[in-house]
Amino acid sequence: MDLDYSADERAFRDDIRGWLRAHLPAPLRAKVAGYDHLDRTELMTWHRILARQGWVAPAWPVEWGGTGWNVVQRYIFEEECGYAGAPPLVPFGLTMCASVLLRFGTDAQKARFLPRIYQGDDFWCQGYSEPGAGSDLAALRTTAVRHGDRYVVNGQKIWTTMAHMADWIFCLVRTDAALERKQDGISFLLIDMKSPGITVRPIELMDGGREVNEVFFDDVEVPQDQRVHDEGKGWTVAKYLLGHERMNTARIGTSLRELEQLKAFAAGQRKHGRPLVDDPRFRDKLSRLEIELMALAVTNLRFLDQLRGGKAPGAEISMLKIKGTEIQQALTELMLEAAGPEALALGPAGDGDGDAVVTGRLAARYCNMRKTTIYAGSNEIQRNIIAKLALGL
Amino acid sequence: MNFDPTEEQRLLAASIARFVDRDYTFEARRAIVASPAGFSPTVWRTLAELGLLGLTLPVEHGGFGGGAQDAMSLMSAIGEALIVEPWLATVGTAAQLVARGGTDAQKRRLLPAVAEGTITLAFAHAEPGARHDVAHVTTCADADGGGHALTGHKCAIAHADAADLLVVSARTGAAGAGGSGVALFLVDRAAAGVRVTPRRMLDGTRAADVALDAVRVPADARLGAGDDALPLIAHVIDFATALVCAEAAGAIGAANRDTLEYLKTRRQFGVPIGSFQALQHRMVDMTIEHEQVRSMARLACAAVDGTQDAAARARIVSAAKVKVADACRRVSQESVQLHGGMGMTAELKISHTFRRLTAIAQQFGDADHHLERFAALSPLDESPE
Repeated sequence: MDLDYSADERAFRDDIRGWLRAHLPAPLRAKVAGYDHLDRTELMTWHRILARQGWVAPAWPVEWGGTGWNVVQRYIFEEECGYAGAPPLVPFGLTMCASVLLRFGTDAQKARFLPRIYQGDDFWCQGYSEPGAGSDLAALRTTAVRHGDRYVVNGQKIWTTMAHMADWIFCLVRTDAALERKQDGISFLLIDMKSPGITVRPIELMDGGREVNEVFFDDVEVPQDQRVHDEGKGWTVAKYLLGHERMNTARIGTSLRELEQLKAFAAGQRKHGRPLVDDPRFRDKLSRLEIELMALAVTNLRFLDQLRGGKAPGAEISMLKIKGTEIQQALTELMLEAAGPEALALGPAGDGDGDAVVTGRLAARYCNMRKTTIYAGSNEIQRNIIAKLALGL
Repeated sequence: MNFDPTEEQRLLAASIARFVDRDYTFEARRAIVASPAGFSPTVWRTLAELGLLGLTLPVEHGGFGGGAQDAMSLMSAIGEALIVEPWLATVGTAAQLVARGGTDAQKRRLLPAVAEGTITLAFAHAEPGARHDVAHVTTCADADGGGHALTGHKCAIAHADAADLLVVSARTGAAGAGGSGVALFLVDRAAAGVRVTPRRMLDGTRAADVALDAVRVPADARLGAGDDALPLIAHVIDFATALVCAEAAGAIGAANRDTLEYLKTRRQFGVPIGSFQALQHRMVDMTIEHEQVRSMARLACAAVDGTQDAAARARIVSAAKVKVADACRRVSQESVQLHGGMGMTAELKISHTFRRLTAIAQQFGDADHHLERFAALSPLDESPE
């Protein structure tokens, strides 16, 4: 899709590509390409390599470590990282908490938290969803009652990704339950995960991996200076954060890489003695998927161009999320089909290597990726957003 | 990266919009479709005055030298207003063959006349049983004195009922030696041996079956491309396919706009039916289809304007047409469904947009045809970039 980049943008992309080739550690790349789970140390290894290079938070203001790149350059960087097979940057601190602090935080809060987020000293998680508040986030019931200069927090969060690895959690809590509108009376707190009274309980998922948790708050004390923005203005913060999702929400680079992997993998599988990719039924599905990805890549660039022209992102992000996640899921589904009956085994056959190792992870991967159309605002919620914002329904 | 239209493209789009608002309301179109000719000579003159008939023709022959990307706003307007005048048949297809494959004399004779609107052309290529195979040509061109005698059948040729000149593909028997053995000939529609049987098409346009019975043409009727015209034909059909993708973007936009308006105004159970989530989500999916089609139309038009090799160009055009064909089906069917019984009536424009979208889905190859071609042209061991 070169035709849509200028010569400068292509040169920038080639620079990023070259740097990634030289600095992305092969073991990390292999783990990502092999659909393996990465632990905190591995995730943070990559985070710190980028931090040393000055590239870990391109979108931040330059005085806090941002690169000063424009939206197109930031997009290119993120897509190239995905295409190269770099570990994902965990967004809870770098993208989400930092955005909130930069917009609503006090100078003291920024100075206290932003450098540690940048360097990867603190690992953050997000305390939004509750058992009764998923898509209907404002229905949350975790309370924070003020006692002197502290809040006392009681309640429960759920689906908290990586809470078991996290040092800090940012939470939406109810500081005033008496108000009529459920969006009112919500506040945004930063809570140390080592605080007494916090219990983290893992939720076992169908893929067998440990990823999400329940987090219980039992009389957890939180200093008032860890509240961001005014008391009762938490919903304003939450909405700001929703509108601040990244433009690489479609993850084109990652999907391009996985499409190439799928083609290579399917070329090595055989059906009726011939390569699976020559099977017309399989090939049609593969082609349709590739075409969907081409269309989404151009659409993403068109939206990015509008953004560069000063248009605020709105329903576009929701479209990218819907199509991007559908494609991500379709890729795992086709990989599963490509591997045939072997795909259903959990783990490789014997001391398998190469494709055998990948094959052993496909079933879990397929299960795991069902999350993408559910998390970060389910695709049905995204359709509601488009219906409201773009269509006026 | 730059998706902004150029200043010329912006001005062009504005003048097209003014023309449509003034001269091509749905009621005006209804009268044009019902007229004996099936298109309006008055509208055609207006298109000529606006410079649109020379838009994609060479500057040295009275045109503006534009490419497919320059024609995108026109095609989009044709799709939105369901314009039935034969712009695509004449300027977007047949005249492209002359512009790219004609001799200097042929270009001088025909292209300024096309741009001025004094003659129209049609590309008589498709034959019974060919489906979408561009290379399927059985019409033969036998040497006849210094010229040729053409014999064969062409079917459902857009605008062939009224075109002054037909560009006819035929086998000369000179296959081999690197040539495809297919040549293109300029044939007067009124020439002896040409039998034209008009046909009405689903989308309100007119076409004709053309029977050629030893139609004698002089030597200078053969296009300059000689006996190896298949690559030229493939190129021009790719060009026209990219244009029809841009038309689809306009037609889908219009279908969505009409459907959204209906969802907001039609009331049932005391509320606008657009308040029902089951309908909202379908409307959203139609909106996403529109964005994806706009993207692929742009990609295809850039590809046919570009300098890449024929295979790379064809691969992108096919990808676009797969997406467009699928979206045409989905949006046309959904827009009628969301209109309920009213969507079935000839009274509303939506049913006419449905008919055009149905036609576009199959014009220049349906989704299956292009999916097959895309796969054949997609290397398995290279980056999809």
